[in-house]
This record gives sequence, C-alpha cells and structure tokens, in this order.
Amino acid sequence: MIPDLGKYAATVLSAYGASILLLVALVALSLRRGRKVRTEMEQIEQRVSRDG
Amino acid sequence: MTISTRLNALWEYANPRKFLATTERVLPVLWLLTAVTLIGGLVWGFFFTPDDFRQGSTVKIIYVHVPSAFLATSAWFMMLVTSLVWLIRRHHVSALASRAAAPIGAVMTMIALITGAIWGQPMWGTWWEWDPRLTSFLVLFLFYLGYIALWEAIEDPDTAADLTSVLCLVGSVFAVLSRYAVYFWNQGLHQGASVLRAGAVTGADTTEKVSNVYAYPLLLSMVGFFLLFVALVFYRTGTEIRARRIKALLARERVNG
Repeated sequence: MIPDLGKYAATVLSAYGASILLLVALVALSLRRGRKVRTEMEQIEQRVSRDG
Repeated sequence: MTISTRLNALWEYANPRKFLATTERVLPVLWLLTAVTLIGGLVWGFFFTPDDFRQGSTVKIIYVHVPSAFLATSAWFMMLVTSLVWLIRRHHVSALASRAAAPIGAVMTMIALITGAIWGQPMWGTWWEWDPRLTSFLVLFLFYLGYIALWEAIEDPDTAADLTSVLCLVGSVFAVLSRYAVYFWNQGLHQGASVLRAGAVTGADTTEKVSNVYAYPLLLSMVGFFLLFVALVFYRTGTEIRARRIKALLARERVNG
C-alpha cells in the first residue's frame, strides 16, 4: 500500500505524520471549543429569556 | 451593480448575525470541498508521483511543506487586512476574524518549520541554518505566539483588539520577509521560488521550476490547504462571536441582578 520510499522512508513519513497530526489537532480543538461555546450560549440565552 | 455598491454589500457581513447565518449555510459545502481537495492532493502526491532523480522520495514533502508555508504568510496578510478594518471602521467581526485566524497561521508556520527541518536534514545536511527565509519564518512564528498571548492577556476585548492590531502591523514586516526573503537576499540554503512564480507557471522563463508531474498534485494540495484555512476561519470566527455574546449576556445579567 505504502509506496517504496527507499532510504528516505523515515524522513517522508515523519514529515507527513507531524503535519497530519497538527492539522487534525487544530481541527479537533476548533470543533470541540465551537460546540462547547455554542451549547453554553444557548443555555444562557434560554435562561435569560426564561427569567425575563 | 456598481463596484461601490458591491463593496458596500460586503460590509453587511460586519453584522454578526448576518455573518453567522451566511457561514452556517456555506460551511457544510466548504468542509466537503476541503476534504476532497486536501485528501485528494495529499494522496495523489504521496502515492502516485515518482521520486525525484536528485531528492529521491523526499520530494513528496513538497505537498505539505509548500502549502503550509504559503498559508503561514497568507494568514498573516489576512489578519493584517482585518486588523486594519478594525482600526479604521471598528467592526467587531473583523477583529474576531483576525483572532480566529492566528492559531491557524501559527500551526501552518509550525508545519512549514518542522517539515522544512525534516526535509533539510538529508538534503542540506542540517536541520537548521540561520538562512534569511528560515529565520524570518521563525520570527513570524514567534509573532503568532505573541499575538495569541496578547489577546489572552488583556481582559477588555476592544483594548485587546487595538493592541493586537498594532502588533499585527509590526509583524507584517516579517510576513513579507518570510515570503519574499529569497528575492531580497541571494545568500542562504533555501532555494528561490520555483512554484509560485509567473514565469514558472507559464513556462516563459528558463530558471529551474517544479515539473508538472509534481506541480498538479501540489496545486490541488494548495487548494485543499487554502479551503481548510477559509473553513476554519469561518468556523472559529463564529465561535468567537458566540463567546463575545456570552460575555455580553453575563454582563447584562449581573447588571440586572
């Protein structure tokens, strides 16, 4: 499946590994904070509208 | 529709509600296009391109290194524009978009630095050299960290937006140097532009350029990185707008007892 990378296999795989790890972490953290903030805002809005 | 009418229509997005409504509609398509182009570009580049006769399989690093380096400086230029809009027109969405883009730019700069070091070791025989482009990228990364820290350190959001905008103006010098250092100085290990150069694209010049067999998947990968940046900026700006509303609602609650 993985192409023959020859003597530079570790070099290429580590570059891709580090990049993909950082990109996935960035997206995951952004989505997690986004969901948390959205839920918190909706709860506060409900409370404010309920309490007048 | 005249150009000035079109420009005036653009300011409608300074309204947080309008911005959220539009980005919520656009984001699902944007995420899908990002996944297709980014995964497509990386898979094409990694699995279906040949080794280079000089660089061997390390040439495949180009598909993560060049797009991330391009976005590292582009993100700062976007922040420069939104910071100027904040300073001149005081649109909150603009300042929040700038804040939202900074961690993305920092991650892109980090990827460019890490992949550059990994690539440089077998090709140049060193992980790091105080070369103009490498050094200006490192300084740009430090500017990103300083910018993010400044936002976090200041309680009042308007003051934070003012000070970070000024920092962004100053840091723009390094964003320009990061992208164009190879044109200013001929010293250093890093090669000149071989991808985003007009003559290289049209084939009008004879200077060494990236072969089409590598250029097409690289272009797709760059589109993928760019779309990822846009999608993340839209999403994270929405988060910042909501976080600001939470602060406003809580403050109103406290005032009303």
